Amino acid sequence: MIKVENLIKNFGPKIAVNDVSFSVERGEVLGFLGPNGAGKSTTMRMVTGFIPPTAGRISVGGHDILTNPIPAKRLIGYLPENAPSYADMTVQGFLRFTAEMRGITGDARKRAVNRAVELCMLENVLYQTIDTLSKGYRHRTCLAQSIIHDPDILIMDEPTDGLDPNQKHEVRNLIKRMGTNKAVIFSTHILEEVDAACSRVIIIDRGRIVANGTPDELRRRSHLAGAVSVVVSGVTAAELSEALSSIDLVVRVDTLSETPQQSVVRAHPDSPDQKPALVRAVMELVSQRHWQLEDLRTEEGHFDEVFRSITLPDTIKEARQ
Amino acid sequence: MSGGVITIVKRELAGYFVSPVAYVFLVIFLLLTGFFTFTVGNFFERGEASLVSFFTWHPWLYLFLVPAVGMRLWSEERRLGTLELLLTLPIATWQAIVGKFVASWLFLALALALTFPVIITVNWLGDPDNGVIASGYVGSVLLAGAYLAVSCMTSAMTRNQVISFILSVLILLFLILCGYNPVTDLLSQWASPQVVQVVASFSVMTHFDAFQRGIVDVRDVVFFASVIGLALFTTGVIIRGLRAG
Repeated sequence: MIKVENLIKNFGPKIAVNDVSFSVERGEVLGFLGPNGAGKSTTMRMVTGFIPPTAGRISVGGHDILTNPIPAKRLIGYLPENAPSYADMTVQGFLRFTAEMRGITGDARKRAVNRAVELCMLENVLYQTIDTLSKGYRHRTCLAQSIIHDPDILIMDEPTDGLDPNQKHEVRNLIKRMGTNKAVIFSTHILEEVDAACSRVIIIDRGRIVANGTPDELRRRSHLAGAVSVVVSGVTAAELSEALSSIDLVVRVDTLSETPQQSVVRAHPDSPDQKPALVRAVMELVSQRHWQLEDLRTEEGHFDEVFRSITLPDTIKEARQ
Repeated sequence: MSGGVITIVKRELAGYFVSPVAYVFLVIFLLLTGFFTFTVGNFFERGEASLVSFFTWHPWLYLFLVPAVGMRLWSEERRLGTLELLLTLPIATWQAIVGKFVASWLFLALALALTFPVIITVNWLGDPDNGVIASGYVGSVLLAGAYLAVSCMTSAMTRNQVISFILSVLILLFLILCGYNPVTDLLSQWASPQVVQVVASFSVMTHFDAFQRGIVDVRDVVFFASVIGLALFTTGVIIRGLRAG
C-alpha cells in the first residue's frame, strides 16, 4: 500500500531524512522508532503529503503523492504529532467537519461520526468545545478524526503521547485491531509499545534506517538474548561461574550478585537459538552437583538495550563534536 | 471538487459565531460607520439625499477592521498546528485558501448589509439616487475583499496574529495613501503628472472613487479582482514555501 524509495529531505544544510526506503502492506503494523529529531515525523509528513521531499519517490495505494496527491490523501488517515484540532469547535462539530471534508455526508456521516466516537471513547465529551478538554480527550478527538473515513492506510505520529496507562492500552489495542485489515505506520519512543502492537519495526537514527525487522528479530540482536540466569544458595559466585563456564555452549559468564546465602550468575550462549539446550545443560549441572536451585530465568533480550546499542554511539559522538 | 470549499466556508463562518468576538466586531463596525457618517461626515448638515458621507470613510474604516477579521485566518492554523491537518485532507491548497477567504468575505458582507438602516434613513428624509447607493455598496464589498485578501496573505506569513495585523495595516495604508489627494498633491510637486498618475492607479482610493459616484467601471472591478487574485496567489506561494521548509 505504501512504497517509499530513496527518500531524502534537506532543511537548508541540515539533512533530516537521508535515503530512506521501506514499504508497508495491508495487514502490517509498522513501528517507527528513533531518538528525538531522528527524522520520524519528517518522514511521516512526507508520506502524508504535507511536505514535499527533496528527492525520492512515495507511492500511496499506487498514487504518487507528489503528482497525484488527492486520491492518495483519500486513502490516508493521519494523526499528526501533538494531535492538533480546532480548539473552538465541539468534538462533534470537528468530527462532522472532517467527515464532510472527506466527502462523507448525510446518514453516512452520522454513522461515521458515531463509529469513530465509539472507537475512541468520546461519548462523554461530544458536545464540549475542544479547548475545554483534557489532553487525553483532545488526543483521542484527533485520533477519531484520523479513522473517521475507515481509511486503508493509517499514519500516526506518537499516538499514545500524553495518554494515561489505561488509555495507552486501549489505543494500542485499537492500533492492533486496525492493523488486521489496514496498513498502519506509527511512531513512538516507548519501546514496549513496539512489542505490544507492531508486526515490523524500523529504527531511524539521524535520518537513516539503522534496523528493520520483526520485534523478535530485533530483540535477538540484544547481547542478553538467550542468556540464562541462575540463583543458587550455598555456593560462592566464583564456584558457580566456573561450573557454568565448563558448559560447552557458554561463551561468557557474568556474576550479577553474591551474598553469603546465595549467588546469582548469568550465562550467555553463543546464539539465542541455543537457549533451550543451555537451560537443559544448566539443570543437569545443578542436579549433578546437588546444588539448591532457587530460581532460573531466561532472557528474550531487551528492546531498550538493542535500541541504545544501535542509536547511542552516534548520539554520544554528536554530543562530543 | 467544490464540496471541500463549501465545507471550509461553513466551518469558518460558524467559527466566527461560536465566540462573542464576531458580535463585538459587528457592533463596533456599526457604531463606527454610524459615528463617521453622522458626526464626522456631517450627514445632516450636508442637506443632500446621498450616502457620500457614509461611503467616503470606508477605505479608512476598513484599514483597521478588515485586518482584524483576516489576521487569524492562517496564523491561527499555524499556531495550533491544524495547518498540517487541513493540508493532508484530500483537497488542493487553493481550495483551502479560497474557502477561508470567501467565509471571511461573507462575514464582512454581512457586517456591511447590517448598515441597511442608513439606506432607510436617507430614503425617508429625501429622495436619493438608489442606483448610486447600490454601486457604492458594490464598491465597498470589493474594497473589503481586496483588503481581506491582503490580510490573508500577511496572515500566512506569521503564526503571530499581532504581527499579521500590523503588516496588513502597513500594506493597506500604502495602498490608500498612494492615491490619497494630499499625498498625490505633494508628489506632483517634484514628479511628472504621468508618474503621479501611475502611482495613484495602484491605490484603492482611485478605484473606489467611481463607485461612490455611481459608476461601476469594468477597469475598477478588474483592479479589485486583480488585487484579490494576486494576494491569494501569493498566499498559496507562502504556504507552499512553509511546507517545503
